Amino acid sequence: MAEVAKSRTPHPDLPPPASAVGVLGWVRRNLFSSPLNIALTLLAAYLLYAMIPSVLRWTLFDATWRGDSREACAANRGACWVFIRIHFEQFMYGFYPDAQRWRVNSAALLLILSAAPLFVRAVPGSVKLRLGLSILAIYPIIAFVLFRGGLFGLPEVETRQWGGLLLTLVIAGVGMAAALPLGVLLALGRRSKMPAIQTLCVTFIEFWRGVPLITVLFMSSVMLPLFLPAGVSFDKLLRALIGVTLFQAAYMAEVVRGGLQAIPKGQFEAAAALGLSYWKTMALIVLPQALKLVIPGIVNTFIALFKDTSLVLIIGLFDLMNIVHNATTNPAWLGFSTEGYVFAAAVYWLFCFSMSRYSQSLEKRLHTGHKR
Amino acid sequence: MPESAASPARAPLSDQVMIHMERVHKWYGAFHVLKDINLTVQKSERIVICGPSGSGKSTAIRCINRLEEYQRGRIVVDGRELSNDVKLIERIRREVGMVFQHFNLFPHLTVLENCALAPIWVRKLPRKQAEELAMRYLERVKIPEQAHKYPGQLSGGQQQRVAIARSLCMNPKIMLFDEPTSALDPEMIKEVLDTMITLAEDGMTMICVTHEMGFAKTVAHRVIFMDSGEIIEQNSPAEFFNNPRSDRTKLFLSQILHH
Repeated sequence: MAEVAKSRTPHPDLPPPASAVGVLGWVRRNLFSSPLNIALTLLAAYLLYAMIPSVLRWTLFDATWRGDSREACAANRGACWVFIRIHFEQFMYGFYPDAQRWRVNSAALLLILSAAPLFVRAVPGSVKLRLGLSILAIYPIIAFVLFRGGLFGLPEVETRQWGGLLLTLVIAGVGMAAALPLGVLLALGRRSKMPAIQTLCVTFIEFWRGVPLITVLFMSSVMLPLFLPAGVSFDKLLRALIGVTLFQAAYMAEVVRGGLQAIPKGQFEAAAALGLSYWKTMALIVLPQALKLVIPGIVNTFIALFKDTSLVLIIGLFDLMNIVHNATTNPAWLGFSTEGYVFAAAVYWLFCFSMSRYSQSLEKRLHTGHKR
Repeated sequence: MPESAASPARAPLSDQVMIHMERVHKWYGAFHVLKDINLTVQKSERIVICGPSGSGKSTAIRCINRLEEYQRGRIVVDGRELSNDVKLIERIRREVGMVFQHFNLFPHLTVLENCALAPIWVRKLPRKQAEELAMRYLERVKIPEQAHKYPGQLSGGQQQRVAIARSLCMNPKIMLFDEPTSALDPEMIKEVLDTMITLAEDGMTMICVTHEMGFAKTVAHRVIFMDSGEIIEQNSPAEFFNNPRSDRTKLFLSQILHH
């Protein structure tokens, strides 16, 4: 034995067994590691086998893409995407007059162009911050003038003619842009040492969190007019915007408060010891860290808000959901509600998923707490 | 240990009073944390406060820049008496630098931004000038090469030196050190103490809560011993270490020097 040990030259490392690496290893580890796992894998495989072909048949292979009327779809058993194509403009713009839709398009183009640098990695953070804030300050005014008109020779388009994805994005955009800052203020107020401000914020948050959004929207459209003097009336869309904003701000406040609580006391003390005022401490030291911590929570609230915009159908606004619903009741196109709702779901999903992906990349980029 | 470093000259002090604490009492609920603290610190004086944990020494120096409130007594800093006036407190804090046990650097900002932040936002210096100032002090604490890193990428000793530089960027008249080396690994203590010694050589008024008795011996004009919220004894380092008067001081010194 000793002889062998002396003359030993190191044997090159053997490759790991084939069953532990590569596709086979992965499958073994993840799909067939225990009897329970094997059973679940087989069950899942069977469900996929049963479902995928029919889903694909309905959405793609047996679907009708060409044609101008429901008759074109009669021959096929799959989805009738003609229904979506015919109504597409309506789903995007609602009852916005055809001749004026260029205004919506240019507003969208303006937003995409001006916000594009925000998504480019090479642009420095301070520039992005300034650009983002200026967009927040200026863009709503431009968009409002473009959409609403009545100025600069643009014919007026009343808000009840706005609809479809346009309306959904208006409500979601205004809701997000207003709910986040309001939520931050409420969260700061709730942690304030001044009893009056604290009570006010707690009451506000608990009130709005305690009522369903549907109730809020109902009250804004049915009850509010009862309390206002005769002749005074608010725009219905404006009322919905205020309702959605206040409601989501209460949720946002609690999300942000969670972030504020995670900031160590030492950060406040270090900022105070340098002579920074309360607002500067919050703006420069505490909020950048707290908001970064709660990005998942903020985006969660944003996504909920985006989907909750569909509730405005309760008060008779024609957002994407309602306009799709409306089209499915069109006597000329009865029986295509599945196509309509699948389309609406796909659009909602696209927006929500993009937000989720963006938040994940943002989180990664802002990560500076390098663990050593 | 810092005894190896040159001892900064203990020049005679001017009689300009920088800090005056008079009959200061503080309670946390029913707990009497500070009992009748009286302390006068001259310009350029260096004071070391020591004592067992929970004796109120950190609380005492945190009253000076009003990170802690006190219920009775008065404190005058650089000729201004502390009050509840927020603006006054902010003005005093600008002149009083503080270094914490756990550094408390801002983790979302680079080292340079940490240092330039207060000069920009409190002193209203233009960004470029503030960053030059920050670089000057980072050179002084010997870590200019780390300027563009984040605090999380530095060692504890480096972080504490950045924290010192950050305070110095405000050009304070007084520096408070709250156990600056207690959270550090032994091999990093010296680099921080050396930085503090250079500060002392430049005539900075300093109050330092620390257990580094070597630092107290070489640098301090006066050593103060606190126990259960009271100042038990204060004396020159030579007298304090060689002829401690109270039994509690003797006990503390025997525990800390022969552990």
